Amino acid sequence: MKRKSELVRRHGAVTRVTHWLNALCFGVLLASGLQIFNAWPSLYWGQVGADTDPAWLTIGAAGSDADLRGFVRAGALALPTTGVLGVSRVDGQPAARAFPAWATLPAHQDLAAGRRWHLFFAWCLAINGALYLAWSLASGHLRRDLLPTRAQLAPRHLWREVVDHARLRFAKGDEARRYNALQKLSYLGVIVVLLPAMVLTGLTMSPGADAAAPWLLDLFGGRQSARSIHFIAATLLVLFVLVHLAMVLLSGVWNNLRSMITGRYAIEESEPIP
Amino acid sequence: MSSSMTSSFSRRRFLLAGVSGAGALALGGCDRPGQDGGAPAILRSAETLTMASQRLLQGRHALAREFSDADISPAFRVNGTSMPDSEAYAALLENRFADWRLQIGGLVQRPAALSLAALKLLPARTQITRHDCVEGWSAIGKWTGVPLGDLLRTVGVLPSARYVVFHCADELEKTLDGSGRYYESIDLVDAFHPQTILAYAMNGRDLNVGHGAPLRLRVERQLGYKQAKYLMRIELVDHFRGLWGGNGGYWEDRGYEWYAGS
Repeated sequence: MKRKSELVRRHGAVTRVTHWLNALCFGVLLASGLQIFNAWPSLYWGQVGADTDPAWLTIGAAGSDADLRGFVRAGALALPTTGVLGVSRVDGQPAARAFPAWATLPAHQDLAAGRRWHLFFAWCLAINGALYLAWSLASGHLRRDLLPTRAQLAPRHLWREVVDHARLRFAKGDEARRYNALQKLSYLGVIVVLLPAMVLTGLTMSPGADAAAPWLLDLFGGRQSARSIHFIAATLLVLFVLVHLAMVLLSGVWNNLRSMITGRYAIEESEPIP
Repeated sequence: MSSSMTSSFSRRRFLLAGVSGAGALALGGCDRPGQDGGAPAILRSAETLTMASQRLLQGRHALAREFSDADISPAFRVNGTSMPDSEAYAALLENRFADWRLQIGGLVQRPAALSLAALKLLPARTQITRHDCVEGWSAIGKWTGVPLGDLLRTVGVLPSARYVVFHCADELEKTLDGSGRYYESIDLVDAFHPQTILAYAMNGRDLNVGHGAPLRLRVERQLGYKQAKYLMRIELVDHFRGLWGGNGGYWEDRGYEWYAGS
């Protein structure tokens, strides 16, 4: 028996447009960011970091040309990663490069072009994000749709949502008219923590921005710390996108896609209580 | 000397007011041949926006952070050329740069040639700053040298001058036509910035060869590739279109931003 469903207005035009621009920017920034990382594939804490300074993370290559081995080293821990990280094939030959050609923009090693892509789309992301935030605050979208209610934050409720997610049981009926608490918390985390952190740590790496706003250096504990936090926040954003895409696929891909394109979202009526 | 240093100060300030905006427009407008692996030309517009916004927020005299002696990097990485490969430079080094002269010419009222000893007699500035390589690493060093603005006031910058070009002794890439010669350029806003110095000492000692002996540029609000080493000649110009690749610097000719503030 087919259950009845109703189309509701899910996402406003501003949300939909900024969402897709943001997705485009994120993809370009990630791939060009990996290109830039490859130019110096070590991360440090503090103001400085170069040859002799202790790196907390290095993606490198060791061995002779005939036997190149890639590794990821974090502190005392070193993992062999030949084929993907540290050493991967370029034109059929193993080559020393931190992230492989398929993950970087451009594919070949070209820091200058990577920076051009990165800095252009950084402006796009920052402007798009600022417009979204301003609209979300002014229209009440942030408070109305994204701030969890007190009831949603109750531990029992949160635990039930975790269990429901794990069993891939998604909300129906009235519950599906709003975001659940896990959605709200992860969207808010991205919107007000991770993306602003990306922009600010990106600025902190710029000597010109540091002169204009020296507090950036104090906020993040130095230029190399900012570079590390930039990398960590980018990693968390990649994890978010993976989970986000999985949830989109599992909870009704066409319905979700339609709601982010036309704004309309179908809600199934909840099952009758037995 | 000191009287000519102060001459034309107000006129220059007036001229400078228009430089940052005009420079940004010129950058956005010029269509440079792509040596940066075919990144679309529109991406270059970000450089214009970055320069305009940083200049707006910095004002003319915002300083790069200065650090303490305790922060100095024990091993400051030598990047790019570590020893210029030419007989002329070898001869200068052999004689401890006694025969070296810094030529200052182009659009100036009084071209000059200054020995290292003469430079060291001028009022000096010492600053402990962070060097940020475009590759991603950073190191802190202590630099002592002559503020470039002082020298420019001495030689008298002509009103038509818009950029300062630094010609270096090193060839980073060996080419038949000499286009691998290192050079750099900055505009007059950065040239007259108080932290823009021609450094002859690093960490309290004479500049060593790896770091650019006898003289290198420090322009602290920009990335490492602007900090030209092995300075031989300074030229004031109204444009740099005809010079080498036409983009105002060795790395700029290879796709990097002329405004290296980010």
